[in-house]
Amino acid sequence: MSEAVVMDAAVEPAESPLTPESWGKLGMWVFLAGDAMSFGALIVGYGLFRVGSSNWPRPSDVLGINLTALMTFLLICSSVTMVLSLSAIKNGDQSGFKKFLSLTVLAGIAFLGLQAYEWTHLIHEGLTLTGNPFGAALFGATFFVLTGFHGCHVFGGVVYLSTVLVQGVRGRYGEHRHNEVEIAGLYWHFVDLVWILIFTFVYLV
Amino acid sequence: MSDVRLAEAAHAVPAHHEEIGFWRTYVFSTDHKMIGRQFYFLGLVMLIIGGFLAMMMRWQLAWPETAVPGLSWVSEPTLYEGIIPPQTYNMLFTMHATIMIFFVIMPIMVGGFGNFLIPLMIGARDMAFPLLNMLSFWLGLVAGVVMLASFFVAGGAAASGWTAYAPLSAKAVFTGVDWGQNLWIISLIILGLSSLMGAINYITTIVNMRAPGMTYFRMPLVIWSLFVTAILLLLALPVLTAALAMLLFDRTLGTSFFLPEGGGKPLLWQHLFWFFGHPEVYILVLPAMGVTSDILSVFSRKPIFGYRAMAFSMISIAFLSWIVWGHHMFISGMNPYLGTAFMMTTMIIAIPSAIKTFNWLGTLWGGSIRFTTPMLFALGFVSAFVIGGLSGIVMASTPVDIFIHDTYYIVAHFHYVVAGIIFAMFAAIYFWFPKMFGRMMNETWGKIHFFLTFIFFNAVFFPMHFLGIAGHMRRIYNPLQYEFLQSLQPINVFITVSAFLLALSQIIFVVNFFYGLFAAKKVGNNPWQANTLDWSVPSPPSHGNFDALPTVFRGPYEYSSPEVTEDFLPQDRRLATDPTTV
Repeated sequence: MSEAVVMDAAVEPAESPLTPESWGKLGMWVFLAGDAMSFGALIVGYGLFRVGSSNWPRPSDVLGINLTALMTFLLICSSVTMVLSLSAIKNGDQSGFKKFLSLTVLAGIAFLGLQAYEWTHLIHEGLTLTGNPFGAALFGATFFVLTGFHGCHVFGGVVYLSTVLVQGVRGRYGEHRHNEVEIAGLYWHFVDLVWILIFTFVYLV
Repeated sequence: MSDVRLAEAAHAVPAHHEEIGFWRTYVFSTDHKMIGRQFYFLGLVMLIIGGFLAMMMRWQLAWPETAVPGLSWVSEPTLYEGIIPPQTYNMLFTMHATIMIFFVIMPIMVGGFGNFLIPLMIGARDMAFPLLNMLSFWLGLVAGVVMLASFFVAGGAAASGWTAYAPLSAKAVFTGVDWGQNLWIISLIILGLSSLMGAINYITTIVNMRAPGMTYFRMPLVIWSLFVTAILLLLALPVLTAALAMLLFDRTLGTSFFLPEGGGKPLLWQHLFWFFGHPEVYILVLPAMGVTSDILSVFSRKPIFGYRAMAFSMISIAFLSWIVWGHHMFISGMNPYLGTAFMMTTMIIAIPSAIKTFNWLGTLWGGSIRFTTPMLFALGFVSAFVIGGLSGIVMASTPVDIFIHDTYYIVAHFHYVVAGIIFAMFAAIYFWFPKMFGRMMNETWGKIHFFLTFIFFNAVFFPMHFLGIAGHMRRIYNPLQYEFLQSLQPINVFITVSAFLLALSQIIFVVNFFYGLFAAKKVGNNPWQANTLDWSVPSPPSHGNFDALPTVFRGPYEYSSPEVTEDFLPQDRRLATDPTTV
């Protein structure tokens, strides 16, 4: 049975599987394609609101770029630790795997904490879902919806990676079994990539 | 993730299944065939509700503001002693379309037949993610319950049309519907998640789990159609979900994404909605095309004409469906140059559609046609699709559309296409009934059902073209309020009487269906003498589908092959000339 779990795809022959090592990997890619469409719709909507608005504030006047640059840096680092974690488990290095995966989770939690701080600060300054003392009200609405939707993904990712970590601590993964880690990594890199787009369009441009 | 993978492994080892109890077999089932049947029954129940709403609308249009017989017990303000008030009429057409599109055609064609057929026809034991599949059905059911619950909240169900155009839909005061519209949005968001899970499963299963020898171009066209549909679902539904979330924020949290007074853009709703909405049309019609292709070939006893052209035309329809959405918005105030571009792309999409139609005719040409019930319904679909497709080209040209926009011409067009899918749906129901339930529905009554349905379907929807050209607007409460429409009232009465007869004809189907479920004669593996893998296993197939995974040697449409004496040659039958391995 454990062999079957490890090599599920190899149990039965199939014509030409795209991801013979794991159905889950293709499943995750497919999910990410769909998820990209929902982010895409929100970002395009944001762009149209902004282009059509006469009093859209300059992002740097309202939003703290330094703090969010730090958040971006954190998230990029967490992608690096995710890669290191996967490469450790591929080489059978359990302690390295757990160390780097823990760092990834911690970076995710730190990102969420900083985002909570940023949101609280902005709300105190009057920027809310419905109001914006600096100009167009939709600036606030699009800001909170986009960063909030992404924040939900980070939160989901932290939970997801934590379960992978718990399973890892229980010794579930090893040199011959690391597909689950790789799949979780795909999701995490996607969340990171989306943040870079949001950071660029919402904060920098 | 780990649970999903454990389930994967469990399903990959078929030989020794432990006995599973009633709940795991019929309710919380992870078996693709049971999930398919669950979706199928959900759709059939919703079909009755959606049809009932249509009958109420037809009563109002034929005999405006008179009491609907038998409904005097419905309390105010829904009905006033049986009389339909305007706000209820708005609710009727909104919910009729919503239910028919999202809770009848999608559950039956995509959820029902998709789940049932994909593993059986590609030679797999189950879907790639059985647990996700179960979750997909249960979310779909919750979405359906939430949608139906919206009838019972204060203010009634959504009344802003199934397109929910903002700002009409974005503020409760505009339609007088508060939580009904909110629940409508929430229901469709849940359904979006359900569809996303389904799409992930369908794509992964088809790409990864085809049996040895089942190359892409040996897949039955119904699998091709479901594959393309799954891709469209995957990419279109999240856009609707994002738009719905913004609409819900507008309604409940006071944002103004789609409200002009707050700087929002009502037109953006239309763009997002139709960017989802036009692929959605093909999500609905592609499985119907796939089903039709398979059934026409089986009962013409001939290979499908132009197999690859059929597959590629579906792919090009899917691609083009992303760049035609603006043809729904010619009079929305969109830039006219953009309108011209959309007009051209819309006309181009007629090409792959025509390829399909002519290939169907080519399949029939010179065939030994067996006029069984599924065959008749498949032919019914082709003829309805031709009429709906041709009227589609007419209104694709902007100047014509400006004249007929939002008239009954449009209603006629999309019912010929979308309600015409019911012919393919019935074809599939009759065709795969023996495989799903092990018994055969009565053929004679099936044919009577077909002829009555076909006649009354056309009697309902064809005269709507005339109404539309004469200027009859859609979504109006009482046509008699307009002097220029009064002379058209006999047509409205004719349509309504035909609609009632169309509904009554379905009683034959219901009786035949239950007769088929419980009393009809049991059938063997392959009652239609078809080639695809689903007909190589017992009816109904057991858990795990195949004793040993089949090996596929040829395409799905080798009928009347000179290589064998029978007029069919199953995909998994090894001839002496076939290689021993593939």
